Amino acid sequence: MKNLVIALAASAAALVSTAALADGHAKTKACFIYIGPTGDFGWTYQHDQGRKSVEAAFGDKVETAYLENVPESAEAQRPIEAFARSGCNIIFTTSFNYMDPTNKAAAKFPDVKFEHATGYKREHANVSTYSSKFYQGRYVQGQIAAKMSKTGVAGYIASFPIPEVVRGINSFILGAQSVNPDFKLKVVWVSTWFDPPKEADAAKALIDQGVDILTQHTDSTAAMQVAAERGIKAFGQASDMIKFGPETQLTSIIDEWGPYYVERVKAVMEDTWKQQDVWHGMAEGNVVMAPYTNMPEDVAKMAAETEAKIKSGEFEPFTGPIMKQDGTEWLKAGEKSDIGTMLGMNFYVKGVDDKLPQ
Amino acid sequence: MGVDVWISILISICAASTPLLLAALGELVSERAGVLNLGVEGMMIVGAVAGFATAQVTGNPYMGAVIAVFAGAAFSWLFAFLTLTLVTNQVATGLALTILGLGLSGMVGESFVGQPGIRMEAIHIPVLSDLPLVGQLVFGQDLIFYISIALVFGVSWFLFKSRAGLTLRAVGDSHVSAHALGINVIKVRYLAVLFGGACAGLAGAHLSLVYVPQWVEGMTAGRGWIALALVVFASWRPVRVLVGAYLFGAVTIAQFHVQAQGVNIPAQFLTSLPYLATILVLVLIARNRRLTMINTPSALGQSFVPDK
Repeated sequence: MKNLVIALAASAAALVSTAALADGHAKTKACFIYIGPTGDFGWTYQHDQGRKSVEAAFGDKVETAYLENVPESAEAQRPIEAFARSGCNIIFTTSFNYMDPTNKAAAKFPDVKFEHATGYKREHANVSTYSSKFYQGRYVQGQIAAKMSKTGVAGYIASFPIPEVVRGINSFILGAQSVNPDFKLKVVWVSTWFDPPKEADAAKALIDQGVDILTQHTDSTAAMQVAAERGIKAFGQASDMIKFGPETQLTSIIDEWGPYYVERVKAVMEDTWKQQDVWHGMAEGNVVMAPYTNMPEDVAKMAAETEAKIKSGEFEPFTGPIMKQDGTEWLKAGEKSDIGTMLGMNFYVKGVDDKLPQ
Repeated sequence: MGVDVWISILISICAASTPLLLAALGELVSERAGVLNLGVEGMMIVGAVAGFATAQVTGNPYMGAVIAVFAGAAFSWLFAFLTLTLVTNQVATGLALTILGLGLSGMVGESFVGQPGIRMEAIHIPVLSDLPLVGQLVFGQDLIFYISIALVFGVSWFLFKSRAGLTLRAVGDSHVSAHALGINVIKVRYLAVLFGGACAGLAGAHLSLVYVPQWVEGMTAGRGWIALALVVFASWRPVRVLVGAYLFGAVTIAQFHVQAQGVNIPAQFLTSLPYLATILVLVLIARNRRLTMINTPSALGQSFVPDK
């Protein structure tokens, strides 16, 4: 069914393209491929806020377009190529598994710039990759969780076992263990980025299993609502979800894509666009923490201090000594992880009560 | 795990199963009348947005559920008009209905995104709801849950015990014969489709008012398609639909618990388990081919033009 939607959307995009070409490329066209709906109030919502920043920054000089609910499979290639044909000058593909389709499309359209979020393949000169160091925020959350939890167990609703998600889980448990070395983390995989009822089911299961802090790496606000209903605390994801849990949300990692999108579209306009691989974090303002709420002052203070240290570069979550889940040593005391290991992270650190799906 | 945890798990299972059960029952009636409506997902999401919007505006989730029922029915009327009156292809029209529903609901619901919803609270009967163990499970759930269970038996009775049900099945098995007997085939099918729409609408309301009280685009996330599959695997029998929906719900919830326990089974396998288990069990139930064929509406998906 989804294929049909995409086919229709693609042909619609193609129709628009002929109209766009007629006015002689007066405007720079920036296009976005989204995994979910813009109204998910999470991941896609934040990317769309970024798109709106581009419109706000350049006004008449820019035209934007987006496609929602594009599946993360080879199917994604058609809408990406349809965008390229329709006169888009730069295309942002905003989910991990658009990696191969993006690179394939880039080979066919060398004049179009491609920006792939959270991936690592740049097979052609016109592909850049960009990501955010969300894991920095996860470390802060882990510390808060360990301070706030009475049971000493937090629950983690995870989507797919890709490096970005694994990195978040590891960083969370490292943060928690820095406060309470015995802290435990239960992980549940839902195999989807966006399915509010399923996310709610996972949240209920985790709470029934005795966790009293919830965190998630999925895109809807469902888990926050379940936590509120059951009277436990939770962390928001991707955007500030305080409205869904005024007495529940401890903080949230907010993804700020706007500055990056504005910068890259500007580069296309001025013809200075170059291939790059950026991984911005708190220091660059890409990862922002929502206000620390529903916690005692000393916990909020600790969180703010850790945040400031990460921001200034004084501290990095993946700094040794860190043991892997199986008990072998990963990083010696004081040793920092190299970027490659972080980007391809496929193992748990000690303390995660789960077997990583391979 | 304590007893109260088990009760809590059972209540989660009811919540997970109710929307599937409702949507599948509605589709079952429609298909029994010979109309294959692939627009369940679309009708469900229209119900979800209509219910949510009404509840936000009026502050009354029950009003929301009522409007969701009407919205689902009204949306299915569009399908009925196209396929029954204008005799379009049912498969294509049903798909179009789903696409339209997803798009339309996104548009209508845009201003409601990011608003915390009003939950339809569980009912509370003095004494009964406070009984130990079964109190909350049996007497303390939301109204839509009770409606869904009542509908299983209501639909069962209607189809197999009432004269109107016999007429409906006759229309679904052979519209030509039914027409020759003087039955108004188109009218029966209209009513069956409208019932299907109403049920799907209520299923949608359960999602946006009980399950996760919020509105987000695409929040049905494919449940309409699961409901459609359930009808076929349940070989068009209401009680089997109940079994299938609850099995699906139970395995969905159970696999999360297995994961949370840290049991060493690959998560990908566990998340696919609800689908596998439901298909397996319903295929086993329906392994008598002759009985299954008797239950299959022979005129399913076929258009009918009455000769004037």
